[in-house]
Amino acid sequence: MTLGDTVTRLVIRGGTLLDQSGERIGDLAIEDGRIAAVGDKLTGDTVLDAHGCKVSPGFVDLHVHLREPGKEEAETIETGSRAAALGGFTAVVAMPNTNPAHDTVSVVDFVRAQGQKAGLCEVLPSGCITVGRAGTQLAPFAELAAAGVHLFTDDGNGVQDPQLMRRALEYAGPLGIVLAQHCEVAALTKGAVMHEGACCSRLGVPGWPAIAEELMVMRDIELVRLTGVSMHFLHLSTAGSVQMVRAAKADGLAITAEAAPHHFTLTDEQLNGYDPVFKVNPPLRTRADIDAIKAGLADGTIDSIATDHAPHAPHTKEVPLDEAPPGMLGLETALALSISELDMPLADIVAALSWKPAAIAGVADRHGRPIAVGEPANLTVFDPSQSWTVVPAQLASKSRNTPYAGRSVRGKVRHTILNGKAVVVNGVATR
Amino acid sequence: MKHLLSIEDLGADDIHRLLELTDHMVEISSRPIPKVPALRGKNVVSLFFEDSTRTRTSFDTAAKRLSADTMNFTVSSSSVSKGESLRDTIETIAAMGVDAFVIRHRSSGAPEMITRWTNASIINAGDGWHQHPTQALLDCYTIRTGLNRRDGFDGLHIAIVGDIRHSRVARSDVQAFAALGARVTLVAPPTLLPPSIEGWPVEVSHDLDSLLPDLDVLYLLRVQRERMEEALLPSLHEYSLLYGLTDARAARLPPHALVMHPGPMNRGVEMVADPGELPGSVILNQVTNGVAVRMAVLFWLLGSGTDLSEAP
Repeated sequence: MTLGDTVTRLVIRGGTLLDQSGERIGDLAIEDGRIAAVGDKLTGDTVLDAHGCKVSPGFVDLHVHLREPGKEEAETIETGSRAAALGGFTAVVAMPNTNPAHDTVSVVDFVRAQGQKAGLCEVLPSGCITVGRAGTQLAPFAELAAAGVHLFTDDGNGVQDPQLMRRALEYAGPLGIVLAQHCEVAALTKGAVMHEGACCSRLGVPGWPAIAEELMVMRDIELVRLTGVSMHFLHLSTAGSVQMVRAAKADGLAITAEAAPHHFTLTDEQLNGYDPVFKVNPPLRTRADIDAIKAGLADGTIDSIATDHAPHAPHTKEVPLDEAPPGMLGLETALALSISELDMPLADIVAALSWKPAAIAGVADRHGRPIAVGEPANLTVFDPSQSWTVVPAQLASKSRNTPYAGRSVRGKVRHTILNGKAVVVNGVATR
Repeated sequence: MKHLLSIEDLGADDIHRLLELTDHMVEISSRPIPKVPALRGKNVVSLFFEDSTRTRTSFDTAAKRLSADTMNFTVSSSSVSKGESLRDTIETIAAMGVDAFVIRHRSSGAPEMITRWTNASIINAGDGWHQHPTQALLDCYTIRTGLNRRDGFDGLHIAIVGDIRHSRVARSDVQAFAALGARVTLVAPPTLLPPSIEGWPVEVSHDLDSLLPDLDVLYLLRVQRERMEEALLPSLHEYSLLYGLTDARAARLPPHALVMHPGPMNRGVEMVADPGELPGSVILNQVTNGVAVRMAVLFWLLGSGTDLSEAP
């Protein structure tokens, strides 16, 4: 018997409710997947203790790589969903760079169904912008949108051809979908291994210059201005990108952006020992870039904290740096790193983890909702002051490529509620 | 010291000590039977994942003169070509009992990575664009003997000319020459310099001709043909016009100045003059000294407890 499947009335007791309207102390009762009562000393069949915890709308990660189909040795939708639930996420957007890629209805249906089978978080398949992410022919936006896809991206690749990107925006406009760009001018990053700067010069590896990201951010801002169609920027990593997005938003352009925790916690100096666990795309950059990303999150230029969770099987990272695939785990450490490293009010951190990305992902009808009677019960209960140490072997992900091994962090998810069911109880997944 | 991965691992004192040890090795190499039992019973495995003739042969000769057992693996003859991972390759060979691996790899950092998978000593015989520490040591030894500078390179002006960006030799030489006190100038078009030289103990020039009369050492690097395809150079001809060592340029060097090159040379590109006719050329001395320097490195890392002076 598992807790999550059998209770009829679940009570979360003793926590502080934290949502769009601020903080207040209160118990929650959940029935039939929805919040049935908000009040004091509520009772139910099962009671989850939330003393010392915040009870917030569930987190939404706009950017995860679940590797299924195609690379199940690195992650499956089930193991990735478990990592997500343990990280407090009730919905994740699965990136399309699987094999096959998310460019047909059958693949996105499969991904969604695997997510439902796992039952640990809602898996939202993204769609490709171009067929096979090859950058030449538009993917069937309308057909995929009808199958429930909201966010389209060729992530892993930026759309290089400006004409094709313009047409993609124009075609997408009336469909109400969002195009998300991986900003990287490929001609500037051929063979690139890490940030272009003093470290790469000393280590003798090809650099990934900031300008390669910034040129595409610049181009796409102008394409948004031209077409009037909104756009989302994935994993911004440079100070220049943040500044351009800030200016574009001030101009009233419909642009949203995300940043990953590793881009506000780690610099390129981590690569000094050539450890591929620190290789990621876009790469770890400089202290000044970290400061700019933090400032961008603090002032809302960057809307969302998204993990770019990118599992890789251990043997694929036990190779020389230039041969290793880029990417690092992120789902289970995102909340703690955000709380530990960001100088922001907790409510703003939760906004960037929950209701702001929920709106970008097109799931604001069921995730990131205010905590009120009648609302869908997708919730995260976390202790913002609990310290813990990241131990790779204790992570739920099938892979071990966290760059934070041994790091002491603050902030831990205690319970996660998905559609009214407890999928994480006391920091342990229930399924 | 267990490994030699980078000149950065060595201080000036270490470099001086290795060069003094090299003097002994030169003496041993000049004997009628140039062999000592210093490393008898030690197993030295050369693992070359990239083509090399002189470095591999040089290490092999050095190890044999010290009576070590040697094995040579190259990519084409090993199971790497069958898809075996680097880690599995290392662990498999290490399981046969290895005291030192001499590693040449196309990837920067590969030797450092390999230290995590074996207890053997790792000697970096060149990794990507990163380091080639024994080349730097043999270059220091060649300058030390060529200019009679046993106490260091204070006051010497050394220009390193060419493709600094892609050169492990340059990265090692800069650190070694500077550690010994030399003034180092990098000479290259901006496209062949690293993206940043922040923290490098060097000056930069794009004008070789104005430097020539001031140099004690002119160090030429190989310029590869594929650099044109990456738009780093208009043509090798243009490179040669600006930076190639012609007879006219050689004549403007001070009489005592040394001309060096790590090989293999691109004749007609960076080396237009006939090096055999250049009075200051010590290019073949570099090769000769390479064996003695590598004997010194092997002895330094593996020879603890043995006394070289008692060698027969």
